[in-house]
Amino acid sequence: MSKEKISICEDLADIMPPEYQELVATATFGNQDRGWKDIGSSKELIEQHSLCAGCPESIAFRYILASLPAPEDTVFVGSTGCTSLVFPHVAVHNIHSLFGNQNAIASGLKRALASRFPDVEKDVVVLAGDGATVDIGLDMTMQSWFRQEKFTTICFDNELYANTGGQESGLMQKGFVAKMAPKGKSFEKVRLPEIAREAGCAYIAVLTVSKPNRVEQAIKNAIYVAREIGPTFVQLYTPCILEIGKQSMEGLDEMKDAETIGGRFVQKEYITEEAQKLLDSIKEETKARKKAAKAKKPVNA
Amino acid sequence: MNKQVELKHKRVIASTHVKLGEKNRMNQTYTDINDIFFKAEQTPSFLTGSEVIREAIKRASVGTSVAYPITPQSEAAALIGEIYAEGYLDEYFRGESEFAVMGQCAGAAFGGHRVFTTTAGPGTLRAMENFPMWAGARLPIQVCVTCRGVNSPLSIQPDTLEMHYLLETGMMVWHAETAQDLFDFILKGFIVAEQPDVHVPIAVCCDGFFVTHTKDTVELPPVDLTLTPYDPYKNPQPVMDMETSPIRMMRDPFVMKSNYISYATHASWQQEVKAAVERSRKHAVPLLDGLIDTENADQEVLIVGSGTAVSQSREAIRLLEADGVKVGLVKIKTIRPFPYEEIRQVTKNAKHIFVPEFNIAGWLAREIKSTIPDNERVYAGPHVCGGMTMPSEVIVEQIKNHLGMETVKLRM
Repeated sequence: MSKEKISICEDLADIMPPEYQELVATATFGNQDRGWKDIGSSKELIEQHSLCAGCPESIAFRYILASLPAPEDTVFVGSTGCTSLVFPHVAVHNIHSLFGNQNAIASGLKRALASRFPDVEKDVVVLAGDGATVDIGLDMTMQSWFRQEKFTTICFDNELYANTGGQESGLMQKGFVAKMAPKGKSFEKVRLPEIAREAGCAYIAVLTVSKPNRVEQAIKNAIYVAREIGPTFVQLYTPCILEIGKQSMEGLDEMKDAETIGGRFVQKEYITEEAQKLLDSIKEETKARKKAAKAKKPVNA
Repeated sequence: MNKQVELKHKRVIASTHVKLGEKNRMNQTYTDINDIFFKAEQTPSFLTGSEVIREAIKRASVGTSVAYPITPQSEAAALIGEIYAEGYLDEYFRGESEFAVMGQCAGAAFGGHRVFTTTAGPGTLRAMENFPMWAGARLPIQVCVTCRGVNSPLSIQPDTLEMHYLLETGMMVWHAETAQDLFDFILKGFIVAEQPDVHVPIAVCCDGFFVTHTKDTVELPPVDLTLTPYDPYKNPQPVMDMETSPIRMMRDPFVMKSNYISYATHASWQQEVKAAVERSRKHAVPLLDGLIDTENADQEVLIVGSGTAVSQSREAIRLLEADGVKVGLVKIKTIRPFPYEEIRQVTKNAKHIFVPEFNIAGWLAREIKSTIPDNERVYAGPHVCGGMTMPSEVIVEQIKNHLGMETVKLRM
């Protein structure tokens, strides 16, 4: 989809809602250098969210949507949970079907789109919570990696089932007392990044969403590598402030604490040699393109 | 809803985004389904049911098929893999479980492909959560269900109990009696399911082993003819390919709202899916030549059945006739939509209605009982289950017993 496809028929322009008018006027569809810095100066692809005030998932959504390299050709696959409350507000096609089957849906979708549009890169991005990714859906998450399906899986890791009210999940820390873990969780946080590496992901990133530039880079890397090489995985710490007993304004501090040395979410990346080569070449191309564009600009322009 | 539909002179509008007469990469010509079945020369071939599934899919312009092994559909699923390797399909792979396979099928359908898969028995039940999701998402996926037992201890024998579970999923459910039905229903099923005013999934069911693993003579149209491909832009909902503008679907997700608007939305959507299945009649009736077939239906004694129970009943009717008992036959081809009005009409003068079934529940007898007046006329049986066969003699004996006639005691 290019920007023309969202343009408004003149006869109906006056009845279209203002948020759609803004989308046509200033959204960054088709801009290959789009990124988190556009937030504030262009129309974001998320209109509102139905999450709790101060929820880090909401800012994660904004960063991710701003970072997609080609939202005009991206389809999201979600799952049940807090994320499914946000997708109806998002200006990118997205699918919710069942709880836990997101990587199965994405496998069929990516293959069908690749066969229907052989000349256009259609990015498929899975975005689901940790319950969907690791517990109920782990089988389908891993099998899509084994099969080397070419799409990106993003896990919003809030270390519990948030939408159903704070129950224990596989990504919860050991010892944490939660609903359904009345004596504290008895086993360690599932080591999903290591599982992803062994299952064949070519690019893996673990980080919090405290720093937008880092989120942007991880999302872009994951999508570029998924296009050319194979499955990629990004695990983002988006704490459920409500269920861990924090206030609305404390989400950022919680993430900063978790990413300091010794914390559970110290930023780490795993990149295969092939993926690294690809990312290096993209970096070079981008640099050259920007340099050429700069050279073209007349002085004092 | 139950208005009698005119049987003749209806033409089904097929997908038109690929022109009729154009050739595909396998050098097959895209052909209107009416021409494939009613104009093209048909050649008799002696095939197993599994091979018949392969022959249907060869002529069906399928985009994606996802496979998973479970008896008795494994052979058919593998044969589809072979024609994928030859180039007849765009995508084919083995999923990791029926739950995942049906999700993978949904993904491909969301992305705009015509999708076909097969399953059976426990696989159908493992996949079950997906079927109402397919219907709710209006994905016209076709699943061929080769029915087998679902009970414990482990059974792989033929049994149609799983069809009972499919009845309220929002899918169309058709029941093939023979390999010929299976071939016809698969191709016709795609076209009916994909009509814009229908656009719901379809389960084409057959009795495992009896149909899949026996050889039968089937009339096949030439292999150089193929269905016009699915046109995803006739979907009443947006295709998930970012080729149409992304719209903000709602201000607040309905799942969040406990109010009348939310309830009304869900209720009306369920009714719409049900109505879409009912609307399939007007496309199915001309293609299938009615939702039921009848033979001597003016008799006072009728057998009403579906699937291979119909074949066994035909032989029973022949045996009864030799004894001077005249019995009519009604074959039901579509279970969803159910031919309510047709059944009411055809059983109007019947005094005794027998419903033989290959399952313990007797779901077809229940459907008929809930459809017709004076339903004490319905005799729910004979039943066999767990993979037992239903010899025609058993049907004869039960009919005679019920009618108060003398019978020769059968040795079972």
